[in-house]
Amino acid sequence: MPFIPHTEDDVREMLATIGAPSIDALFDEIPASLRIKGLDGIPAGLSEMEVGRLMSERARLDGRPLSFLGAGAYEHHIPAAVWAITTRGEFYSAYTPYQAEASQGTLQLIYEYQTMISSLTGMEVSNASLYDGGSAVAEAALMAVRAHRKSKSLRVIVPATVNPNYRRVAISTAGNQGLRFEVVPYVRDSGCIDQAALGAYAGEDIAALVIQQPNFFGQLEDVDALTDWAHAQGMLVIAVVNPTSLALLKPPGQWGNKGADICVGEGQPLGVPLSSGGPYFGFMTTRMEYVRSMPGRIVGRTFDLDGKHGYTLTLQAREQHIRRGKATSNICTNQGLLMTAATIYMTLLGPQGLERVAAASMQRTSELLQALTAVKGVRAAFAGARFHEVVIQLDRPAAAVLAELETAGIQGGVDLTLDYPELGAAILVCATETKTGDDIERYAQALGAALQAVRAA
Amino acid sequence: MSQVPADLKYTKSHEWVRLLADGRLEIGITDHAQHALGDLVFVEVPEIGRTLEAGAACAVVESVKAASDVYAPLSGTVVENNAELASSPEAINEDCYGRGWMIRLAAAEPVALDGLLDASAYAAVLAAEGG
Repeated sequence: MPFIPHTEDDVREMLATIGAPSIDALFDEIPASLRIKGLDGIPAGLSEMEVGRLMSERARLDGRPLSFLGAGAYEHHIPAAVWAITTRGEFYSAYTPYQAEASQGTLQLIYEYQTMISSLTGMEVSNASLYDGGSAVAEAALMAVRAHRKSKSLRVIVPATVNPNYRRVAISTAGNQGLRFEVVPYVRDSGCIDQAALGAYAGEDIAALVIQQPNFFGQLEDVDALTDWAHAQGMLVIAVVNPTSLALLKPPGQWGNKGADICVGEGQPLGVPLSSGGPYFGFMTTRMEYVRSMPGRIVGRTFDLDGKHGYTLTLQAREQHIRRGKATSNICTNQGLLMTAATIYMTLLGPQGLERVAAASMQRTSELLQALTAVKGVRAAFAGARFHEVVIQLDRPAAAVLAELETAGIQGGVDLTLDYPELGAAILVCATETKTGDDIERYAQALGAALQAVRAA
Repeated sequence: MSQVPADLKYTKSHEWVRLLADGRLEIGITDHAQHALGDLVFVEVPEIGRTLEAGAACAVVESVKAASDVYAPLSGTVVENNAELASSPEAINEDCYGRGWMIRLAAAEPVALDGLLDASAYAAVLAAEGG
């Protein structure tokens, strides 16, 4: 669908029709004191050529390091066809078009996406995607409070094993709407939720428990027991999952006796490249009984007058263009382009392909852990089952060691010192199917050298 | 012309109130409201036991066009809600003053219906709105 801006004639004609002298006159009701005179802090514009050059120079500064970073964003192989198809003109718009039903192809693609994500998470219904994993967690907390018919509580338990960035986004988004987030600690040996500490909340009026699987440390939580416990307390369960891991792990719809109530996560691992922090996309699925509390757009399939399949936006009555301030969400942009890439990625890989990616990543991380813990001064922080990330502890300060590794062209991991000071010099490392045995060997040798250099300094 | 039964009380926001024989209050939306909304597809009523404050949003009626709040005409506690509406929201379109009732309330104070509109006053509101 082409985007055609109004010509000056169009604008003149529209203003004449409504009897307004100018576009500025339409904003008369905003007092002059609230209007910004100029944007002093913003530099003058650059030409396309100048911007291109600036960006190339900045990109060169990033270099092409060998990356073992994870913590919510993962480097996976993306088949070339994914972005060749995604960037075709028919798909290359970030938004659901206005008069969405005129773009049946776009709606069909969203419908296929919803079907795949519902199937992957084992839930009944999916929306058309959200901004990113962190905002999806915030939206899930707001939704749980809204959907919980028996509780008016605004409290949500977010254990320390949930990505701390997700918690910060949830507090920023929902904190001013009165939601309170309670933190439950983890067990020092296993890196999993401390169920005894959680038990202290038994009998309290709490809207929901958030369970991340695999958790932020890469460890596998006892999701069945946690889900059943939360349901027994009358809480809803919000699952936060890595979509790649679901090729191997039990889907949230099957956790415990009843399954999770809301499932969200970061969709980036499904065909979206690492790109200086974004854009990524969030996904959200739930039970049919909560569909009216779910934020965002939903595409449904129906039949037209001739009995042919047709696609349409559905359940729009609670969206912001109708409900304004009472909408289920006022940040329900759907990440159309990235969701398109994810749909094509999932289609190309299929369930077996995704399972191979997951299994290879898990295997590589296991090899990485073995290689790194063979280095003097390095040990695993936690025991127990994990997916494709692991926390290691160093006998020298993490920041100094990571800086040494950078000079060797290696991004060695995410420094946990600030968020988890009790772990000492700890870093979160990740290996996906993109890392070879040679890469892992190179990292292990560089880590030994880096520790040596820091000791000598 | 909308139906405005003479034996009921009304609000400007188009709810009706019926005083039942046992002193409880039955509440729903008016014929004018159901007509303006069009075919209802979903109705959300408050849980039994919930305390309502007069004028506060207490239920949602959703049509294919819009989702609208229903406001409590009086303060009180919900003692009954119309569970039938979950599966047959069209009852409100078909019989808004009968099968389409939404909630039954135990009033917080001795019933004071005087603050509400009577049928002729509500009919005047509708006339002023052009309905």
